[in-house]
Amino acid sequence: MIELFKQSLTLMWQGMLAIFVVIFLIYLVLLLFPKIFKNGK
Amino acid sequence: MDFLLLGLTATTWQQLVMYGIGATLIYLAISKKLEPALLLPMGFGAILVNIPFSGALHTTMSGIGEVAGILEWLFEVGIEASEAMPLLLFIGIGAMIDFGPLLSNPKLILFGAAAQFGIFATVSIAVLLGFPLRDAASIGIIGAADGPTSILVSQVLRSEYVGAIAVAAYSYMALVPIIQPFAIKLVTTKKERAIRMPYNPKSVSRMARLFFPIVVTLFAGYVAPASVSLVGLLMFGNLIRESGVLGSLSETAQNAFANLITLLLGITISASMQAERFVRYETMLIMVLGLLAFVFDSIAGVLFAKFLNLFSKNKVNPMVGAAGISAFPMSARVVQRMGQQADSQNHLLMHAVGANVAGQIASVIAGGVILGLVPGMLV
Repeated sequence: MIELFKQSLTLMWQGMLAIFVVIFLIYLVLLLFPKIFKNGK
Repeated sequence: MDFLLLGLTATTWQQLVMYGIGATLIYLAISKKLEPALLLPMGFGAILVNIPFSGALHTTMSGIGEVAGILEWLFEVGIEASEAMPLLLFIGIGAMIDFGPLLSNPKLILFGAAAQFGIFATVSIAVLLGFPLRDAASIGIIGAADGPTSILVSQVLRSEYVGAIAVAAYSYMALVPIIQPFAIKLVTTKKERAIRMPYNPKSVSRMARLFFPIVVTLFAGYVAPASVSLVGLLMFGNLIRESGVLGSLSETAQNAFANLITLLLGITISASMQAERFVRYETMLIMVLGLLAFVFDSIAGVLFAKFLNLFSKNKVNPMVGAAGISAFPMSARVVQRMGQQADSQNHLLMHAVGANVAGQIASVIAGGVILGLVPGMLV
Protein backbone atom coordinates (compact mmCIF):
# COMPACT_ATOMS: atom_id res chain seq x y z
CA MET A 1 0.00 0.00 0.00
CA ILE A 2 2.75 2.47 1.00
CA GLU A 3 4.74 1.53 -2.11
CA LEU A 4 1.67 2.11 -4.26
CA PHE A 5 1.03 5.46 -2.57
CA LYS A 6 4.62 6.51 -3.27
CA GLN A 7 4.06 5.54 -6.92
CA SER A 8 0.94 7.70 -7.03
CA LEU A 9 2.93 10.65 -5.65
CA THR A 10 5.58 10.06 -8.31
CA LEU A 11 2.79 10.00 -10.90
CA MET A 12 1.51 13.28 -9.44
CA TRP A 13 4.73 15.26 -9.73
CA GLN A 14 5.79 13.74 -13.03
CA GLY A 15 2.32 14.15 -14.50
CA MET A 16 1.86 17.75 -13.39
CA LEU A 17 5.39 18.57 -14.55
CA ALA A 18 4.73 17.09 -18.00
CA ILE A 19 1.43 18.96 -18.33
CA PHE A 20 2.99 22.26 -17.23
CA VAL A 21 5.95 21.81 -19.58
CA VAL A 22 3.68 21.27 -22.59
CA ILE A 23 1.33 24.08 -21.61
CA PHE A 24 4.20 26.45 -20.86
CA LEU A 25 5.81 25.76 -24.25
CA ILE A 26 2.50 26.46 -25.94
CA TYR A 27 2.19 29.63 -23.83
CA LEU A 28 5.60 30.84 -25.02
CA VAL A 29 4.65 30.23 -28.65
CA LEU A 30 1.36 32.06 -28.14
CA LEU A 31 3.33 35.04 -26.83
CA LEU A 32 5.40 34.95 -30.02
CA PHE A 33 2.44 34.62 -32.39
CA PRO A 34 1.65 38.39 -32.57
CA LYS A 35 5.31 39.07 -33.43
CA ILE A 36 5.49 36.30 -36.01
CA PHE A 37 2.16 37.01 -37.68
CA LYS A 38 2.11 40.78 -37.90
CA ASN A 39 -0.78 42.72 -39.42
CA GLY A 40 -2.96 39.67 -39.44
CA LYS A 41 -0.82 37.95 -42.08
CA MET B 1 -44.59 -23.15 -20.56
CA ASP B 2 -41.61 -22.64 -18.26
CA PHE B 3 -39.75 -20.76 -21.00
CA LEU B 4 -42.17 -17.83 -20.62
CA LEU B 5 -41.02 -17.33 -17.04
CA LEU B 6 -37.36 -18.06 -17.63
CA GLY B 7 -36.35 -14.38 -17.77
CA LEU B 8 -38.44 -13.44 -14.76
CA THR B 9 -37.06 -16.19 -12.55
CA ALA B 10 -33.49 -15.44 -13.63
CA THR B 11 -33.71 -11.77 -12.61
CA THR B 12 -31.34 -10.87 -9.79
CA TRP B 13 -31.68 -8.02 -7.28
CA GLN B 14 -28.55 -6.47 -8.80
CA GLN B 15 -30.31 -6.27 -12.15
CA LEU B 16 -33.27 -4.59 -10.49
CA VAL B 17 -30.84 -2.03 -9.03
CA MET B 18 -29.50 -1.44 -12.54
CA TYR B 19 -33.04 -0.81 -13.82
CA GLY B 20 -33.31 1.82 -11.09
CA ILE B 21 -29.99 3.37 -12.10
CA GLY B 22 -31.02 3.33 -15.77
CA ALA B 23 -34.35 4.95 -14.93
CA THR B 24 -32.56 7.58 -12.81
CA LEU B 25 -30.19 8.44 -15.67
CA ILE B 26 -33.13 8.76 -18.08
CA TYR B 27 -34.97 10.94 -15.54
CA LEU B 28 -31.94 13.20 -15.05
CA ALA B 29 -31.51 13.48 -18.81
CA ILE B 30 -35.14 14.32 -19.59
CA SER B 31 -36.41 16.17 -16.54
CA LYS B 32 -33.22 17.89 -15.39
CA LYS B 33 -31.60 18.15 -18.83
CA LEU B 34 -28.29 16.89 -17.40
CA GLU B 35 -26.04 15.87 -20.32
CA PRO B 36 -29.09 14.29 -22.04
CA ALA B 37 -27.17 13.25 -25.17
CA LEU B 38 -25.08 10.86 -23.08
CA LEU B 39 -27.10 10.05 -19.97
CA LEU B 40 -30.25 9.06 -21.85
CA PRO B 41 -28.56 6.46 -24.09
CA MET B 42 -26.53 5.22 -21.13
CA GLY B 43 -29.64 4.93 -18.98
CA PHE B 44 -31.60 3.04 -21.60
CA GLY B 45 -28.59 0.89 -22.40
CA ALA B 46 -28.22 0.02 -18.71
CA ILE B 47 -31.72 -1.47 -18.85
CA LEU B 48 -31.07 -3.28 -22.15
CA VAL B 49 -27.93 -5.08 -21.00
CA ASN B 50 -29.43 -6.14 -17.67
CA ILE B 51 -32.45 -7.98 -18.99
CA PRO B 52 -31.69 -11.65 -18.29
CA PHE B 53 -30.25 -13.42 -21.37
CA SER B 54 -30.24 -10.04 -23.14
CA GLY B 55 -29.73 -10.32 -26.87
CA ALA B 56 -27.91 -6.98 -26.76
CA LEU B 57 -24.95 -8.93 -25.33
CA HIS B 58 -23.22 -12.03 -26.67
CA THR B 59 -25.25 -15.09 -25.75
CA THR B 60 -24.73 -18.79 -26.09
CA MET B 61 -27.65 -20.62 -27.66
CA SER B 62 -27.92 -24.37 -27.29
CA GLY B 63 -27.40 -26.10 -30.61
CA ILE B 64 -26.10 -22.93 -32.23
CA GLY B 65 -23.24 -21.65 -30.10
CA GLU B 66 -22.30 -18.05 -29.45
CA VAL B 67 -24.45 -15.36 -31.03
CA ALA B 68 -23.17 -11.78 -31.15
CA GLY B 69 -25.10 -9.06 -29.32
CA ILE B 70 -25.08 -5.60 -30.85
CA LEU B 71 -24.04 -3.58 -27.78
CA GLU B 72 -21.25 -5.93 -26.75
CA TRP B 73 -20.05 -6.08 -30.38
CA LEU B 74 -20.08 -2.29 -30.63
CA PHE B 75 -18.15 -2.09 -27.35
CA GLU B 76 -15.54 -4.59 -28.52
CA VAL B 77 -15.06 -2.97 -31.92
CA GLY B 78 -15.62 0.70 -31.17
CA ILE B 79 -14.11 1.03 -27.71
CA GLU B 80 -12.20 -2.04 -26.56
CA ALA B 81 -10.30 -2.86 -29.76
CA SER B 82 -9.40 0.59 -30.99
CA GLU B 83 -10.90 3.25 -28.68
CA ALA B 84 -12.28 4.59 -31.96
CA MET B 85 -15.50 6.08 -30.62
CA PRO B 86 -14.11 8.33 -27.87
CA LEU B 87 -11.21 9.31 -30.12
CA LEU B 88 -13.32 10.16 -33.17
CA LEU B 89 -15.56 12.30 -30.98
CA PHE B 90 -12.57 14.61 -30.48
CA ILE B 91 -12.66 15.57 -34.16
CA GLY B 92 -16.15 16.94 -33.61
CA ILE B 93 -15.20 18.62 -30.32
CA GLY B 94 -12.15 20.23 -31.94
CA ALA B 95 -14.30 21.57 -34.75
CA MET B 96 -16.66 23.12 -32.20
CA ILE B 97 -14.00 25.02 -30.20
CA ASP B 98 -13.11 28.62 -30.90
CA PHE B 99 -9.67 29.17 -29.39
CA GLY B 100 -9.91 32.92 -30.10
CA PRO B 101 -10.39 34.03 -26.44
CA LEU B 102 -7.33 31.96 -25.48
CA LEU B 103 -5.18 33.20 -28.36
CA SER B 104 -5.95 36.80 -27.49
CA ASN B 105 -4.97 36.27 -23.83
CA PRO B 106 -2.34 33.48 -23.74
CA LYS B 107 -1.86 33.67 -19.97
CA LEU B 108 -5.17 31.88 -19.56
CA ILE B 109 -3.71 28.64 -20.89
CA LEU B 110 -1.74 28.20 -17.65
CA PHE B 111 -4.99 27.74 -15.73
CA GLY B 112 -5.79 24.72 -17.86
CA ALA B 113 -2.66 23.00 -16.54
CA ALA B 114 -3.26 23.88 -12.88
CA ALA B 115 -6.83 22.62 -12.89
CA GLN B 116 -5.71 19.09 -13.76
CA PHE B 117 -4.33 18.63 -10.25
CA GLY B 118 -7.55 16.98 -9.10
CA ILE B 119 -6.74 13.99 -11.32
CA PHE B 120 -3.53 13.20 -9.49
CA ALA B 121 -4.81 14.02 -6.00
CA THR B 122 -7.68 11.61 -6.60
CA VAL B 123 -5.32 8.88 -7.83
CA SER B 124 -3.46 9.08 -4.52
CA ILE B 125 -6.67 8.90 -2.49
CA ALA B 126 -7.96 5.99 -4.58
CA VAL B 127 -4.71 4.12 -3.94
CA LEU B 128 -5.08 4.72 -0.20
CA LEU B 129 -8.60 3.27 -0.43
CA GLY B 130 -7.16 0.07 -1.85
CA PHE B 131 -7.60 0.44 -5.61
CA PRO B 132 -4.77 -0.92 -7.76
CA LEU B 133 -2.84 1.77 -9.65
CA ARG B 134 -4.48 1.06 -13.03
CA ASP B 135 -7.94 1.51 -11.51
CA ALA B 136 -6.86 4.46 -9.35
CA ALA B 137 -5.48 6.26 -12.42
CA SER B 138 -8.67 5.50 -14.33
CA ILE B 139 -10.76 6.90 -11.48
CA GLY B 140 -8.53 9.96 -11.19
CA ILE B 141 -9.03 10.80 -14.84
CA ILE B 142 -12.69 11.59 -14.02
CA GLY B 143 -11.06 14.85 -12.88
CA ALA B 144 -10.21 15.61 -16.50
CA ALA B 145 -13.90 16.61 -16.64
CA ASP B 146 -13.92 15.12 -20.10
CA GLY B 147 -16.10 12.07 -20.79
CA PRO B 148 -14.34 10.68 -23.87
CA THR B 149 -10.90 11.02 -22.21
CA SER B 150 -12.18 9.20 -19.12
CA ILE B 151 -13.57 6.35 -21.22
CA LEU B 152 -10.41 6.14 -23.31
CA VAL B 153 -7.94 6.13 -20.42
CA SER B 154 -9.91 3.65 -18.31
CA GLN B 155 -10.29 1.37 -21.31
CA VAL B 156 -6.62 1.50 -22.35
CA LEU B 157 -5.54 0.81 -18.75
CA ARG B 158 -7.95 -2.16 -18.76
CA SER B 159 -9.79 -0.91 -15.70
CA GLU B 160 -12.72 -3.05 -14.66
CA TYR B 161 -14.72 0.05 -13.75
CA VAL B 162 -15.18 1.64 -17.20
CA GLY B 163 -18.97 1.86 -16.85
CA ALA B 164 -18.93 3.47 -13.40
CA ILE B 165 -16.19 5.89 -14.48
CA ALA B 166 -18.16 6.97 -17.56
CA VAL B 167 -21.32 7.51 -15.50
CA ALA B 168 -19.39 9.53 -12.89
CA ALA B 169 -17.58 11.62 -15.51
CA TYR B 170 -20.71 12.62 -17.40
CA SER B 171 -22.85 13.08 -14.29
CA TYR B 172 -20.37 15.42 -12.62
CA MET B 173 -19.80 17.37 -15.84
CA ALA B 174 -23.52 18.03 -15.82
CA LEU B 175 -23.36 18.94 -12.12
CA VAL B 176 -20.56 21.50 -12.53
CA PRO B 177 -23.01 24.37 -11.80
CA ILE B 178 -23.57 22.83 -8.35
CA ILE B 179 -20.10 21.45 -7.56
CA GLN B 180 -17.94 24.38 -8.59
CA PRO B 181 -19.63 27.20 -6.62
CA PHE B 182 -19.22 25.09 -3.47
CA ALA B 183 -15.54 24.41 -4.19
CA ILE B 184 -14.77 27.99 -5.22
CA LYS B 185 -16.39 29.45 -2.10
CA LEU B 186 -14.23 27.18 0.06
CA VAL B 187 -11.08 29.02 -1.06
CA THR B 188 -12.18 32.56 -2.01
CA THR B 189 -13.58 35.58 -0.22
CA LYS B 190 -16.37 37.72 -1.63
CA LYS B 191 -13.81 40.48 -2.17
CA GLU B 192 -11.70 38.16 -4.31
CA ARG B 193 -14.72 37.01 -6.29
CA ALA B 194 -15.52 40.65 -7.01
CA ILE B 195 -12.13 41.37 -8.63
CA ARG B 196 -12.78 42.91 -12.02
CA MET B 197 -10.76 42.03 -15.08
CA PRO B 198 -10.79 44.45 -17.99
CA TYR B 199 -11.44 42.73 -21.31
CA ASN B 200 -9.36 44.16 -24.13
CA PRO B 201 -9.42 41.51 -26.83
CA LYS B 202 -6.52 41.65 -29.25
CA SER B 203 -7.23 40.71 -32.82
CA VAL B 204 -6.10 37.19 -33.61
CA SER B 205 -4.60 36.68 -37.03
CA ARG B 206 -5.80 33.93 -39.31
CA MET B 207 -2.27 32.48 -39.43
CA ALA B 208 -2.17 32.26 -35.63
CA ARG B 209 -5.45 30.34 -35.67
CA LEU B 210 -4.09 28.02 -38.36
CA PHE B 211 -0.74 27.35 -36.70
CA PHE B 212 -2.14 26.93 -33.19
CA PRO B 213 -3.49 23.36 -33.62
CA ILE B 214 -0.29 22.26 -35.35
CA VAL B 215 1.96 23.74 -32.65
CA VAL B 216 -0.10 22.21 -29.83
CA THR B 217 0.01 18.79 -31.48
CA LEU B 218 3.77 18.93 -31.96
CA PHE B 219 4.58 20.05 -28.41
CA ALA B 220 2.18 17.62 -26.80
CA GLY B 221 3.43 14.86 -29.09
CA TYR B 222 7.09 15.35 -28.26
CA VAL B 223 6.67 15.67 -24.47
CA ALA B 224 3.83 13.17 -24.05
CA PRO B 225 3.70 10.94 -27.16
CA ALA B 226 0.81 8.91 -25.73
CA SER B 227 -1.35 12.02 -26.02
CA VAL B 228 -0.98 12.23 -29.80
CA SER B 229 -4.16 10.36 -30.62
CA LEU B 230 -6.19 12.50 -28.19
CA VAL B 231 -4.61 15.89 -28.85
CA GLY B 232 -4.04 15.14 -32.53
CA LEU B 233 -7.68 14.39 -33.33
CA LEU B 234 -8.88 17.35 -31.22
CA MET B 235 -6.54 19.66 -33.10
CA PHE B 236 -7.35 18.02 -36.45
CA GLY B 237 -10.97 18.96 -35.90
CA ASN B 238 -9.93 22.49 -35.01
CA LEU B 239 -7.74 22.79 -38.10
CA ILE B 240 -10.68 21.75 -40.27
CA ARG B 241 -12.69 24.54 -38.62
CA GLU B 242 -10.02 27.21 -38.95
CA SER B 243 -8.83 26.26 -42.44
CA GLY B 244 -11.71 28.16 -43.96
CA VAL B 245 -11.75 25.86 -46.99
CA LEU B 246 -13.59 22.91 -45.47
CA GLY B 247 -16.82 24.56 -44.48
CA SER B 248 -19.03 21.55 -45.10
CA LEU B 249 -16.62 19.15 -43.39
CA SER B 250 -16.40 21.47 -40.39
CA GLU B 251 -20.18 21.71 -40.28
CA THR B 252 -20.49 17.93 -40.51
CA ALA B 253 -17.84 17.33 -37.82
CA GLN B 254 -19.56 19.77 -35.43
CA ASN B 255 -23.05 18.45 -35.96
CA ALA B 256 -23.90 15.21 -37.75
CA PHE B 257 -20.61 13.44 -37.03
CA ALA B 258 -20.36 14.48 -33.36
CA ASN B 259 -24.03 13.63 -32.81
CA LEU B 260 -23.67 10.22 -34.41
CA ILE B 261 -20.61 9.29 -32.35
CA THR B 262 -22.21 10.66 -29.17
CA LEU B 263 -25.31 8.58 -29.80
CA LEU B 264 -23.30 5.41 -30.36
CA LEU B 265 -20.86 6.10 -27.53
CA GLY B 266 -23.62 6.53 -24.96
CA ILE B 267 -25.48 3.35 -25.82
CA THR B 268 -22.27 1.38 -26.36
CA ILE B 269 -20.69 2.27 -23.03
CA SER B 270 -23.71 0.75 -21.35
CA ALA B 271 -22.34 -2.68 -22.34
CA SER B 272 -19.97 -2.15 -19.42
CA MET B 273 -22.88 -1.53 -17.05
CA GLN B 274 -23.84 -5.14 -16.45
CA ALA B 275 -25.13 -5.69 -12.92
CA GLU B 276 -22.43 -8.10 -11.77
CA ARG B 277 -19.74 -5.56 -12.70
CA PHE B 278 -21.59 -2.39 -11.67
CA VAL B 279 -23.55 -3.08 -8.50
CA ARG B 280 -20.80 -3.22 -5.93
CA TYR B 281 -19.26 -1.20 -3.17
CA GLU B 282 -16.45 0.09 -5.41
CA THR B 283 -18.94 1.88 -7.66
CA MET B 284 -20.08 4.00 -4.71
CA LEU B 285 -16.46 4.81 -3.92
CA ILE B 286 -15.85 5.80 -7.55
CA MET B 287 -18.79 8.21 -7.45
CA VAL B 288 -17.38 9.86 -4.30
CA LEU B 289 -13.84 9.97 -5.71
CA GLY B 290 -15.10 11.49 -8.97
CA LEU B 291 -16.78 14.26 -7.00
CA LEU B 292 -13.56 14.86 -5.07
CA ALA B 293 -11.62 15.07 -8.33
CA PHE B 294 -13.85 17.91 -9.56
CA VAL B 295 -13.56 19.71 -6.21
CA PHE B 296 -9.75 19.40 -6.15
CA ASP B 297 -9.53 20.60 -9.78
CA SER B 298 -11.51 23.73 -8.94
CA ILE B 299 -9.56 24.45 -5.76
CA ALA B 300 -6.21 23.94 -7.51
CA GLY B 301 -7.23 26.31 -10.31
CA VAL B 302 -8.28 29.00 -7.83
CA LEU B 303 -5.13 28.64 -5.71
CA PHE B 304 -2.94 28.80 -8.82
CA ALA B 305 -4.64 32.05 -9.86
CA LYS B 306 -3.99 33.46 -6.38
CA PHE B 307 -0.35 32.37 -6.68
CA LEU B 308 0.01 34.19 -10.03
CA ASN B 309 -1.55 37.29 -8.46
CA LEU B 310 1.40 37.46 -6.06
CA PHE B 311 3.64 38.35 -9.02
CA SER B 312 1.22 40.22 -11.24
CA LYS B 313 0.19 43.87 -11.43
CA ASN B 314 -3.06 43.08 -13.22
CA LYS B 315 -4.88 40.84 -10.78
CA VAL B 316 -6.76 37.84 -12.07
CA ASN B 317 -10.07 36.99 -10.48
CA PRO B 318 -9.14 33.67 -8.79
CA MET B 319 -12.40 32.09 -9.94
CA VAL B 320 -11.09 32.17 -13.52
CA GLY B 321 -8.58 29.52 -12.41
CA ALA B 322 -11.44 27.18 -11.59
CA ALA B 323 -12.67 27.50 -15.18
CA GLY B 324 -9.50 25.70 -16.28
CA ILE B 325 -11.36 22.38 -16.30
CA SER B 326 -12.62 20.85 -19.50
CA ALA B 327 -16.36 21.10 -18.81
CA PHE B 328 -17.23 23.66 -21.48
CA PRO B 329 -19.09 26.00 -21.32
CA MET B 330 -20.62 25.13 -17.95
CA SER B 331 -17.56 26.12 -15.95
CA ALA B 332 -17.17 29.50 -17.68
CA ARG B 333 -20.84 30.26 -17.03
CA VAL B 334 -20.45 29.38 -13.34
CA VAL B 335 -17.57 31.85 -13.01
CA GLN B 336 -19.49 34.57 -14.83
CA ARG B 337 -22.55 34.06 -12.61
CA MET B 338 -20.55 34.01 -9.38
CA GLY B 339 -18.63 37.11 -10.46
CA GLN B 340 -21.90 38.96 -10.98
CA GLN B 341 -23.23 37.76 -7.64
CA ALA B 342 -20.21 39.38 -5.98
CA ASP B 343 -20.39 42.53 -8.12
CA SER B 344 -23.23 43.05 -10.56
CA GLN B 345 -20.93 44.93 -12.97
CA ASN B 346 -18.29 42.20 -13.02
CA HIS B 347 -17.99 40.56 -16.45
CA LEU B 348 -15.66 37.58 -16.41
CA LEU B 349 -17.21 35.45 -19.14
CA MET B 350 -14.62 35.87 -21.89
CA HIS B 351 -11.69 35.34 -19.51
CA ALA B 352 -13.39 32.26 -18.12
CA VAL B 353 -14.09 30.98 -21.65
CA GLY B 354 -10.39 31.32 -22.45
CA ALA B 355 -9.44 29.31 -19.36
CA ASN B 356 -12.17 26.81 -20.13
CA VAL B 357 -10.90 26.03 -23.66
CA ALA B 358 -7.39 25.83 -22.18
CA GLY B 359 -8.84 23.16 -19.89
CA GLN B 360 -9.99 21.22 -22.93
CA ILE B 361 -6.44 21.13 -24.27
CA ALA B 362 -4.89 20.37 -20.88
CA SER B 363 -7.34 17.58 -20.11
CA VAL B 364 -6.45 15.61 -23.24
CA ILE B 365 -2.75 16.20 -22.53
CA ALA B 366 -3.37 14.92 -18.99
CA GLY B 367 -5.03 11.82 -20.44
CA GLY B 368 -2.00 11.22 -22.64
CA VAL B 369 0.40 11.82 -19.76
CA ILE B 370 -1.44 9.25 -17.61
CA LEU B 371 -1.32 6.76 -20.48
CA GLY B 372 2.38 7.47 -20.92
CA LEU B 373 3.37 7.14 -17.25
CA VAL B 374 1.07 4.58 -15.65
CA PRO B 375 1.87 1.49 -17.80
CA GLY B 376 5.56 1.87 -16.90
CA MET B 377 4.63 1.79 -13.21
CA LEU B 378 2.55 -1.37 -13.57
CA VAL B 379 5.51 -3.50 -14.63
